[in-house]
Amino acid sequence: MTARAIANNVLSHALLLVAVAFALYPVLWVVALAFSGDSVPTARAIPVPTAPTMDHLREVVSTTRPTPDGGTAWLFGRQLANSLLVSIATALVGVGVAIPVAYALARFEFVGKSGGMATLLATQMFPAVASAVPLFIMLEAMGLLNTRTGLILCYASTSVPFAIFQLRGAFETIPVDLEEAAMVDGASRFEAFVRVVLPVAKPAIAVTFLFAFMTAYNEFILAATLLSDESMFTLPVVLQRFIGEYDAQWEAFAAGALVVSVPVMALFYLLQKHMVAGLGAGGVKG
Amino acid sequence: MVNVETQGLRKSFGDTEVLKGIDLRVPEGSFAVLVGPSGCGKSTLLRLLAGLEQATEGTILFGGEDVTAYAPKDRDVAMVFQSYALYPHMTVRDNLAFGLKLRKTAADIIDARVTEAAAVLGLEPLLERFPRALSGGQRQRVAMGRAIVRRSKLFLFDEPLSNLDPALRTQVRVDIRKQHDRLGATSIYVTHDQVEAMTLADLLFVLSEGEVQQVGSPLEVYEDPANRFVAGFVGSPAMNFIDGCRVSADGAAVLVAERRLPLPPSEGREPSKLAGREVCVGVRPHDMSIVEASAHAIPFTPSILETLGPEVHAHGTFGAHEGVVAVSADLPLARGVMVHVRPTRLYLFDQATGATLR
Repeated sequence: MTARAIANNVLSHALLLVAVAFALYPVLWVVALAFSGDSVPTARAIPVPTAPTMDHLREVVSTTRPTPDGGTAWLFGRQLANSLLVSIATALVGVGVAIPVAYALARFEFVGKSGGMATLLATQMFPAVASAVPLFIMLEAMGLLNTRTGLILCYASTSVPFAIFQLRGAFETIPVDLEEAAMVDGASRFEAFVRVVLPVAKPAIAVTFLFAFMTAYNEFILAATLLSDESMFTLPVVLQRFIGEYDAQWEAFAAGALVVSVPVMALFYLLQKHMVAGLGAGGVKG
Repeated sequence: MVNVETQGLRKSFGDTEVLKGIDLRVPEGSFAVLVGPSGCGKSTLLRLLAGLEQATEGTILFGGEDVTAYAPKDRDVAMVFQSYALYPHMTVRDNLAFGLKLRKTAADIIDARVTEAAAVLGLEPLLERFPRALSGGQRQRVAMGRAIVRRSKLFLFDEPLSNLDPALRTQVRVDIRKQHDRLGATSIYVTHDQVEAMTLADLLFVLSEGEVQQVGSPLEVYEDPANRFVAGFVGSPAMNFIDGCRVSADGAAVLVAERRLPLPPSEGREPSKLAGREVCVGVRPHDMSIVEASAHAIPFTPSILETLGPEVHAHGTFGAHEGVVAVSADLPLARGVMVHVRPTRLYLFDQATGATLR
């Protein structure tokens, strides 16, 4: 390596380090807070835990609630389950409904196609909060207030259009030739879809699923509006409870935030091999 | 092996009529080539045969059986796509086996067929690779293999060579013909390349604007084109056309660039019909030779010379008309020369309809 190349190398790595530090600094503060024994966060340049302790973490995950039979049940576990259940169901409903819709939009011409697309686009233009009150009224009328089903329905109303847009784009990039080759090879249109289109679209489906999951998992305002019973809370609502009107349990909040991040990181890790770009490359000359 | 027949086949996309009544007859076991310029409807015709498009009108018969309404999977045809359309998520082995698996063929038969096809096409070392790791030529061979393992009675080829480089194209062309001769199945091949068409076909269908212009063996079509379009499309370099020539009053000669070119004394030709008529004269570049000044030769002024090795294509003008003369490379081409046309190699076309005047 020439001196010039070495200098370039050092410089680019230095820049990368700055960028990484910039991105990770707040996260490091959260980690430091979560394990600090002090009750008040102190402003320091380098975020390291003071009087390291696992107490906050333990405190956050070991909340309990009384059960009707007089005992106690693990509250945090239930809330974690609420969050996972609602998010996975939202992603499944979103992707499940969107796959056939997106495929139809990508491949077929039919009456109302452009109007339908415009309507879908319109739903994406309004923030979910704008519909919080009508959703509240509708769920109340259906007796679904303060239920996971109600929350899933509300989340699906945004995850479905989002997933349709994502997947339509993905299906459009898959050459029609592939399906036609499968049909000439002896597949019905449906078999060609299942055995050729879906596997080729797998990375896009994985990404769409992940985004739909994360959107639901992180959502706070609707959950806080529609859920009133502590045992129905999803994790963002639980976290918010640590920051009260008169006092803020920052250490507990930080510890909670770390725990809440674990499932998303796990999901990323599991899905990353499906998200490899370029899986579709090489099928047709291009 | 089946014979393929279409009767009055029409296809419209919206208001555009792409096929205007096609009557095709491909005998079983033959290699038919559909050739024509882009937009002539040849690919649409192939897609109709495969069942990938539905006919607006007309009938498609495979071995006498009406398959017009059949889904592609029920037609038992194999097709090689221009893009190859290999399944990107499957290995070469799975690509080859896919069609057989769909038809619930026994695993040992699938294995045997895949092994055989791979041996024939030299794909054995590539069987566990994915399409993305293959070169263009290798992908093309996998696409061929996918058709071969099926043992279909009808092979359809949609411009399978157009994505290959020229050197490979010639080789694969020979391979395709070899496989056809080995398997004996009926083949229908679409191309816009008339060299491919001439070299591969037993039977040539020349298409233009959604209609079959002429059917015949490559040589028949070359020697005896039905009209000006076919004459211009088949043969390389293309036939020269000289518009606005007049047949002499006795019908024995035609006036080209103010020279009298004698017409052959043909039994079929009735001089009275042509006498005094304005026609378009067609001459193939290879049917002309450079001569000393002669009464029956026309003057030619070369402007650009394309040297191809053994021969030279001289682009230039016959009087007021542009044209090409193909001559041996060792002949010196002066600024202006006289070219002679063998009378039997003169083609006359109707100035209005373009039909060949015989």
